[in-house]
Amino acid sequence: MEHIELFFKSIFIDNMVFATFLGMCSYLAVSKKVSTAVGLGAAVIFVLAITVPLNWLLDQYLLQPGALVWLGEDYASYDLSFLSFIMFIATIATMVQLVEIVVEKFSPSLYNSLGIFLPLIAVNCAILGGSLFMQSREIPTLGLATVYGIGSGIGWFLAILAIAAIREKIRYSNVPPALRGLGITFITTGLMAIGFMSFGGMLTGGDDAGKKEDKTVVVEEQKEESVEVASVTTKSEEEKELSNTIKVNE
Amino acid sequence: MGLLSKKDTKLILDPLADNNPITIQVLGICSALAITAELKASIVMAISVLFVLGVGNVVISLMRNIIPSKIRIIVQLVVVAALVIIVDQVLKAFAYELSKTLSVFVGLIITNCIIMGRFEAFALGNGPWRSFLDGVGNAAGYGVILIIVGFFRELLGSGTLLGFKVLGDPIEKTGIYAIGYENNGFMLLSPMALIVVGIIIWVQRSKNKALIEDH
Repeated sequence: MEHIELFFKSIFIDNMVFATFLGMCSYLAVSKKVSTAVGLGAAVIFVLAITVPLNWLLDQYLLQPGALVWLGEDYASYDLSFLSFIMFIATIATMVQLVEIVVEKFSPSLYNSLGIFLPLIAVNCAILGGSLFMQSREIPTLGLATVYGIGSGIGWFLAILAIAAIREKIRYSNVPPALRGLGITFITTGLMAIGFMSFGGMLTGGDDAGKKEDKTVVVEEQKEESVEVASVTTKSEEEKELSNTIKVNE
Repeated sequence: MGLLSKKDTKLILDPLADNNPITIQVLGICSALAITAELKASIVMAISVLFVLGVGNVVISLMRNIIPSKIRIIVQLVVVAALVIIVDQVLKAFAYELSKTLSVFVGLIITNCIIMGRFEAFALGNGPWRSFLDGVGNAAGYGVILIIVGFFRELLGSGTLLGFKVLGDPIEKTGIYAIGYENNGFMLLSPMALIVVGIIIWVQRSKNKALIEDH
């Protein structure tokens, strides 16, 4: 149960883009077309799903205060947590290199479309942020850490997919010249973040039976709200996005 | 400006406005948005980035001829990570409360795109002194936006600046609260950071038409 709870929590409530602003640089730079956004989003899910559990192991058996106790009693007082930044980023950089090699070998077409993004992922805040949040929220087990990694990856994917779809539409609308491009993207993201805040009550209400109903209600509300705030052209797009992702999640 | 030639001055001043890392180059957004609910946190973040980017640019620039280009990203990450660990430990030692507020975002300076972006675009091809100026200039441009956003969010959101109640006391109804003003708590929530930055971009581009982009 707690796995499912953490999964949905990391997708919707603690969404990487809308709640903590992680990975904004690539989110803004690569969201001009849906196809590239999907590629980068998939790569982020993949890398997060690998690095968060790996870094959890590192944290648990190497970095935490007293983590070295498995080496013997003498090591119980060691605290290497100040090394976590450098260890985490080293793991991430290595994993990204590995993923790059594997993808190049097995799927040249994917490599061609992802080629330039993979090195970027090493310096994507979402990846390091995933590991650092995993550490600061003290996620207790390896299973939960994996779920957290996958969940936050999907949350990021969802966000970049949604903004890419909206940006493709917005290209045909009459935006004030000074807001074109970056400005309107920021404001749209802000409005989407407001929409995502309505997921906040998703896991707090009622028992297990009530939970599922709660969720659908919240989704409905979110739709209505986004219709209000976004322009009419983006409405159908966002609804489609949401219903698609809900199907996937189910 | 006897010390700086005209070109060097441009290196510092350009990123402050017309080539601002946040609003024009779109680098380093993540941390810029997440920690700007308070002015104090914004200022500390700006100073941390100034230190990391200034020193990092010099280090990379000094090593630029001996780094094999294939592993340069890892070398860069190690340099940044080492500098960020220094910043983190200093913050934990001297400003523990603040380092709790900034939480993981100090660590995320490592992956702040501004840093890698400037290493790649400038420090790898220029001498240490110019790289230092470029680093300081870009970090200052980043800091300016951070402080503007932090200023407005704290002022409108909680009616304080750096913790001082500049607008009066909301509970005892002094200052402008006496005439019915209320704090806009919404400014403290994360979505407003995005919208405030969006508005800054809007204002900046309306003033300088050359910056307007096509769709």
